[in-house]
Amino acid sequence: MTDIATATAAASVGMPEEARIDDGPRGPRPTRALSRRNIMLYGTLIVVSLYYLLPLYVMVVTSLKGMPEIRVGNVFSPPLEITFQPWVKAWAEACTGLNCDGLSRGFWNSVRITIPSVVASIAIASVNGYGLANWRFKGDNFFFTILIFGAFIPYQVMLYPVVIILRELGLYGSLTGLVIVHSVFGMPILTLLFRNYFTSLPEELFKAARVDGAGYWGIYFRIMLPMSLPIFVVAMIIQVTGIWNDFLFGTVYTKPDYWPMTVQLNNIVNSVQGVKEYNVNMAATLLTGLVPLFIYFVSGKLFVRGIAAGAVKG
Amino acid sequence: MHSVSVRDVSLNFGSVKVLEKLNLDITEGEFLVLLGPSGCGKSTLLNCIAGLLDVSDGQIFINGKNVTWEQPKDRGIGMVFQSYALYPQMTVEGNLSFGLKNQGVPRAEIRERVDRAAKMLQIEPYLQRKPAHLSGGQRQRVAIGRALVREAGVFLFDEPLSNLDAKLRSELRVELKRLHQKLAHNTMIYVTHDQIEALTLADRIAVMKGGVIQQLADPHTIYNRPRNLYVAGFIGSPPMSFLDGSVTAEGGGFVFRFGDHVIPLDGYVADTELRPEFDAILGVRPEHVEIRGENETSDTATFPAVVDLEEPMGADSLLWVTFAGQTLSVRIDSSRRFRPGDAVRLGFNLPMASVFDRKTEDRM
Repeated sequence: MTDIATATAAASVGMPEEARIDDGPRGPRPTRALSRRNIMLYGTLIVVSLYYLLPLYVMVVTSLKGMPEIRVGNVFSPPLEITFQPWVKAWAEACTGLNCDGLSRGFWNSVRITIPSVVASIAIASVNGYGLANWRFKGDNFFFTILIFGAFIPYQVMLYPVVIILRELGLYGSLTGLVIVHSVFGMPILTLLFRNYFTSLPEELFKAARVDGAGYWGIYFRIMLPMSLPIFVVAMIIQVTGIWNDFLFGTVYTKPDYWPMTVQLNNIVNSVQGVKEYNVNMAATLLTGLVPLFIYFVSGKLFVRGIAAGAVKG
Repeated sequence: MHSVSVRDVSLNFGSVKVLEKLNLDITEGEFLVLLGPSGCGKSTLLNCIAGLLDVSDGQIFINGKNVTWEQPKDRGIGMVFQSYALYPQMTVEGNLSFGLKNQGVPRAEIRERVDRAAKMLQIEPYLQRKPAHLSGGQRQRVAIGRALVREAGVFLFDEPLSNLDAKLRSELRVELKRLHQKLAHNTMIYVTHDQIEALTLADRIAVMKGGVIQQLADPHTIYNRPRNLYVAGFIGSPPMSFLDGSVTAEGGGFVFRFGDHVIPLDGYVADTELRPEFDAILGVRPEHVEIRGENETSDTATFPAVVDLEEPMGADSLLWVTFAGQTLSVRIDSSRRFRPGDAVRLGFNLPMASVFDRKTEDRM
């Protein structure tokens, strides 16, 4: 046993110095930018992103062309002569029914619907979620179950009953009525979102605040709210895009004067009279989509963080 | 006068009984440690005392006042949590003063109390920092400070050192003991699963298992006269060794029969009177077994054993030996070396040993 040990020791001592140092790989493993794996990966990614970006490209390009150029039929070619006339027309001159003031009317209607709906639904749902996550009260589980159940009922089932309720309340056809409908229908998913987020916050924080003498609202405003920016951003994105893109409630519960942008867009694009002005249609569609797009771009990072945070515990 | 009294407290979660008819009296200025494995109900009991959990039955008194139905803030307690539970968006100063602001304490007094606590815990340089910019030890100091500024008189600690690394833990342990000496009139209730913390800090330890207090006594008694097999096995590291045998009467006294061996129970300090003929378990701590070389002579009875394994632990070594088919650990001076297979002789320090009834598992 000892003999072998000394023998190998002697052998390693006897080896030439360079041979031992240069023997085998050393340091970080070399990486090749153009490996087969990378080409496959990025190739696929590029193809897929082109596939999704192409329609957007066509829309932008078409909206910047004049009608004669569109009639030529080269959908993918860039505009020979850039014109912003279709955008102006879509915003301020396109006709829906008797009104010929373009999408601007619908835009402001949508703003007047979206802002109060988003604020109200988030304010109520966050308090709901906080109450359900941190406080025990009689029937809390029952209440939560009902709320979650609400998320699975198709809207169409409730469409007519809500019409009756709004009529009885004298709110049918008004902006207030639509705001209430949006706030109520956003409640299940938002409450679930907030409850899960507040559940994921350390419980001891809540206990410490109770020992420190903060009450229901004190803990909500002073402890929970300042820690919850990401989830508020998530809720805001969900609500803004959801309510802005809503078509169904907008048509059913309001009258033409209050129609949101989406309804107006539909009326412009689907009008059967006259020539189809593709460039105006494209511009109008892009205009309508700008708000959700803007929200995504501005808050994308927070959105991902908030979704991840809310998903930890359920 | 008892500072904290728990009377017949029961707690059920649905059909699960976590605490049942639990009684505990803690005198003013006492440092009581609730010790037990996870899930034994020690944290639950602390939360009941704090008022963070409503009891199913029973009463809780703090400073002579029945606080069973009071909110946590009205109970006159300060609490320190394992995860520190500092408010992340507030500065250290904000954390310390949050509770006082809620109480409506005048601004000048808040300043004064915060400064005093900060000085005592040496966190003055960090008062304007956010918790995220503090180390674990500093955070826990702030958490202790938050309990301190309330000047409540009763401190509740929920495993406050468990999130710290070993070195910091022993440092803060000493600091906590100092703090308790400084605040001699403050009662402290401290939950931990770490027996070293319990033994070093406590005036009295309550060893809990399954929602029941197994033994409530000072650390010395808990260590040397464990009331039952559970306490004996839970306390002590390395743990007590147990030998299965029986107690019989022989000559004028009692002996412990174990295989072919007879260990006379001379000098054994019994809790209850020994009776002849029952199945018993002899528990001896590693430091209460003497070990001798094969040929050394001795005036007390010794028994042959074989060395299995040696574990050097720095100051001393732990020797695992086989004695009549059962394994036993022996603490020896690290300068004495044995090799596996060495034959040795064992001597037992019986005044420090414990005999348990196998059926009831209680100490005799």
